[in-house]
Amino acid sequence: MNKLKIILNGIITENPTFVLLLGMCPTLGTTSSAINGMSMGLATMFVLMCSNVVISLIKDFIPDKVRIPSFVVIIAAFVTVLQLCMQAYLPDLYKSLGLFIPLIVVNCIILGRAEAFASKNNPFDSLLDGVGIGLGFTLALTLLGGVRELLGTGKLFNHTIYPEEFGALAFILAPGAFIALGFLIAIVNYFKNR
Amino acid sequence: MLTYISIFITAIFVNNIILSQFLGICPFLGVSKKIDSALGMGAAVTFVMLLATIVTYLMQAYILTPFGLGYMQTIAFILVIAALVQMLEIILKKVSPSLYQALGVFLPLITTNCAILGVAILVIQKDYSLIESVAYAVSTAIGFTLALTIFAGIREQLSLSNIPKTMQGIPIALITAGLLAMAFMGFSGVKIC
Repeated sequence: MNKLKIILNGIITENPTFVLLLGMCPTLGTTSSAINGMSMGLATMFVLMCSNVVISLIKDFIPDKVRIPSFVVIIAAFVTVLQLCMQAYLPDLYKSLGLFIPLIVVNCIILGRAEAFASKNNPFDSLLDGVGIGLGFTLALTLLGGVRELLGTGKLFNHTIYPEEFGALAFILAPGAFIALGFLIAIVNYFKNR
Repeated sequence: MLTYISIFITAIFVNNIILSQFLGICPFLGVSKKIDSALGMGAAVTFVMLLATIVTYLMQAYILTPFGLGYMQTIAFILVIAALVQMLEIILKKVSPSLYQALGVFLPLITTNCAILGVAILVIQKDYSLIESVAYAVSTAIGFTLALTIFAGIREQLSLSNIPKTMQGIPIALITAGLLAMAFMGFSGVKIC
C-alpha cells in the first residue's frame, strides 16, 4: 500500500508541473503537440528513474560536500545515453525536441528528487518515486500539449477533431504556451482551494 | 558588421530567449517580483553567460572536437559551468565585496539556469565563430534582462491590483507572460540581411 502511495504522491500530491511548479522550460518549450509533450515527459521519466536508482545505490559512498556535483554528473551521463539512443533510433523526434534533450540535465525536477528523495531512501522506493514523478510530469505535459494542439490546430494526437481553420494559431506559438499553462494551473488551484 | 547587428537584433527581440525560446523560465518566474532584483539577476546572468560561452566554446574547439569527444559535450559543459559559477563566487567575494553583495545571491541559482547551458550548446549548433558567439551571448543576455525587467515592472503593478483568488500568483503571472510574448511576436517580421 505504501508503495502505491509513493507513486500517487508523484502524480497528484506533488505533481511537478501543477503543484511544485518545477521544470517549466521543457513544459512550455516542447508542448506544441500532445505527442511532443508526451515524448518529452517520457524522456525525462527515463532519466529520472535511472538517476534516482543509481544515486540511492551510491548515496553512502558520496561525501556530503561533493554531493551536488556528483549528482549532476550522474544525471548528465544518463542524459547523454538518452541523447545518443534517440539520435540513433528516433531521429525525427530528436530533431523536434531539439535543444531540450540535453537541457534535461538542468531540469530542476531531477536534481530536486535526487536531493529530496533518492539520497534518503532505498533503491526500490527511489525507482517508484521516479516512476511517480515521471508519470506526473508526463501527464501534465501531455495534457498541456493536448490543450494547445486542440485549440491551435483542431487536432488531438494528430486526429482531426474540428477543421483547422477554426484553430487559434497563437496556441501553437509561444504566447499560447504561457496562457494555456496559466489557465491550467488556475483550474488546479480552484479544485485545491475548494 | 551586418552579421553582428543581425545577431544582436535577432537575439534580443525576434528570438528572445525567454519569450520565444522558453529558456530560463525558472528565474523569469522566481526573481521577477521586484525590478531591483530583476536587474541584479540580469546582470549576473550576463556576466556568467558571457564567460561560460567563451570557456565552453574554447573547450569544444580545442579539446572535444580534436579528440573526438563530441558525445561528452553535455557532461563537460555542465561541469564547466558549475565550476565557473563557483569560482566566480569565490573571486568576487575576495576582489569586489560590493559587487558580490549585489550579485552574490543570484550566483548559485545560475548553475541550474537552462539559458546558460542552452546558449553554450546553441552557439556550437549554429556553427558561430568565437566573436559571433560572444556577440550572441551578450545580446541573448540583454534580451533576458529586458524581458525580466519588463515582466518585473508589470508584476509590481499586478501585486497592487485585485485578482481572483484562483488566479493569484503563478497563473496570472503566466498569462501576463503570454501577453508579453504576444507583444514580442510583433518583432518576428524584422529581418536584417
